[in-house]
Amino acid sequence: MSILINQSTKVICQGLTGKQGLFHSQQALAYGTKVVAGVTPGRGGEQHLGLTVFDSVQDAVDLTAADATMIYVPAPFAADAILEAEEAGIKVIVCITEGIPILHMLKVKAVLENSDSVLIGPNCPGIITPGECKIGIMSGDIHLPGRIGIVSRSGTLTYEAVKQTTQQGLGQSTCVGIGGDPIHGLRFIDVIKLFEEDPVTEGIVMVGEIGGSEEEEVADYIADHVSKPIVGYIAGITAPPGKRMGHAGAIITGGKGTAEGKIAALSAVGVDVVRSPTEIGERMKARLP
Amino acid sequence: MNIHEYQAKQILSDYGIPVPVGKLASTVEEAKQCAQMLERNAWVLKAQIHAGGRGQAGGVHVVDSLSKIAEVSHQLLGTRLVTKQTGDKGLPVNSVWIEETVALKREFYLSLLVERVSEKLVFIVSAAGGMDIEEVALKTPEKILSVEVNLIVGLQSYQCRRVAYALSLKGEQIRIMERIMRGMYQVFIEKDASQIEINPLVETESGNLLALDAKITFDDNALSGHSDILALRDWEQEDIKENKAQGFGLNYITLSGNIGCMVNGAGLAMATMDLVKLKGGEPANFLDVGGEATAARVTEAFKIILSDEQVKAILVNIFGGIVQCDMIAEGLIIAIQEVKMTIPIVVRLEGTNAELGRQLLNNSGLSVIAAEDLETAAMKVVDYAEGI
Repeated sequence: MSILINQSTKVICQGLTGKQGLFHSQQALAYGTKVVAGVTPGRGGEQHLGLTVFDSVQDAVDLTAADATMIYVPAPFAADAILEAEEAGIKVIVCITEGIPILHMLKVKAVLENSDSVLIGPNCPGIITPGECKIGIMSGDIHLPGRIGIVSRSGTLTYEAVKQTTQQGLGQSTCVGIGGDPIHGLRFIDVIKLFEEDPVTEGIVMVGEIGGSEEEEVADYIADHVSKPIVGYIAGITAPPGKRMGHAGAIITGGKGTAEGKIAALSAVGVDVVRSPTEIGERMKARLP
Repeated sequence: MNIHEYQAKQILSDYGIPVPVGKLASTVEEAKQCAQMLERNAWVLKAQIHAGGRGQAGGVHVVDSLSKIAEVSHQLLGTRLVTKQTGDKGLPVNSVWIEETVALKREFYLSLLVERVSEKLVFIVSAAGGMDIEEVALKTPEKILSVEVNLIVGLQSYQCRRVAYALSLKGEQIRIMERIMRGMYQVFIEKDASQIEINPLVETESGNLLALDAKITFDDNALSGHSDILALRDWEQEDIKENKAQGFGLNYITLSGNIGCMVNGAGLAMATMDLVKLKGGEPANFLDVGGEATAARVTEAFKIILSDEQVKAILVNIFGGIVQCDMIAEGLIIAIQEVKMTIPIVVRLEGTNAELGRQLLNNSGLSVIAAEDLETAAMKVVDYAEGI
């Protein structure tokens, strides 16, 4: 078991004919992901990596019954790609693209509010259920099928958590990168809820960072609804206020969104917050029976 | 991206929002001319920098003679103004905005921004204008009204009336308030702003509403579509090193410590800074070399880190995923040779082909300290920075 994606998930790639789309689709196929088609408007009928390219998501869905998409479309057109996937009924929409204008994302979110589709990202590494399905830019070989659910706002910092849980022999049920933008799809609270319900997931690692109030929001939820052990890490203790730390969402404004505030909120509800990112794996192991 | 107050006022005025009459001067002579052309007996003279807190820092003066205009503009122009928002070095005052004085009755706060929790555009309104809104929010949250706008249906008249009534506006003022809010909303949507703040919005003795101060921030992700906004950019108000880094696709932020950091990925870069601090060191910078850490990028990253004379040691922390560590090691070797590195550099490589990368570094003959893991790397670099 896992959350959101598994071995039977059928994936299309929007932007398959671009450099990124092609490279990462090839990697996904090599990992064993069921990539079934590509979409690039105006390139319908072409073949790449043994996959048929369609002009529209709807055409691809009609012929392949795809239920997930990975989007490698340039930023100005990415919101359009997300909305097209939503309308075609794709259940899991994963958007890797970085740099989408915030007004585009507000419109996307307004549509998704009344939709059955979920969005992961944008500006994220994607999602992987080790050994089954990889949708994103993470390298498959550091993962190990197992029992820890990982959710994170950062890419390479997720890899740290993955590597450590692999080294400890715990493995991962599913890893979700929710992305570094201020306005994005699934939030900590949504993913942690899914991990709590997933029978295979025995422990949860959450990697947060400065900015916004999602970590505080999920703390309230954890207090009442989560029974599984959670190890947390929050990046950005040394970040100066008012500066955007690489991620558009990682900024401390008006004294809100500080690492200390998030650490305090999570610690108060029993999340084991480690001060060093090198302690995630060990601490998770210690928390499991 | 930020712009100056006078530029923000010009934009707001173009969208039908009433602002005081004013002129821009960059020399003392111009300042006097501007004041004369405005045909007033008294003026407000405001230093133009990309930061708030100017009033308390001596950047805003009310003057009543041309000789005082000359005196104050001479005092300000060409200096750096330090406010609570600028940091110790302050920002350069290259121009002053000279404006009519306004006899005011009440001061309000009005802003439009993206609210992350509700994921909507929200007007923030308060009758307690002219003050630090964060302080108002903290101490007297009941004095703040927020009005969410649904992007799909847009701003509605009743929402503007709600704001007007909350501020006890009367008659014609209610209509003007709607014009102001519609103008702000239109600027936000058409110009891809990320925040518009009018603080204070004032009610004058004669009952008019005026935007006495204005600040607009634009969404960096949308700038490429707005050449008119890009033309307003004042590079001198921004950090030179940070801009240079941006040109090479690097995310760089200056900090005050002595340990240079070079990392791939924003989250890991923050975590690396935090770990250095945890081990007793002080990071000199945040630097994310991004997903494609090529030799050229790595070289530029080193040059930028080394242009900070305080840096005593460098920590390179790369977690290779799709990017392979041996490629990065090759890039590092070329970069280190090119910039003639003289300070200790600790390198931690992890992920795809990490072992191969470490071997390349060890065989390069360069004095690079390879660390097995992040923990050791952080401890080592702190020791080197302290000269141990």
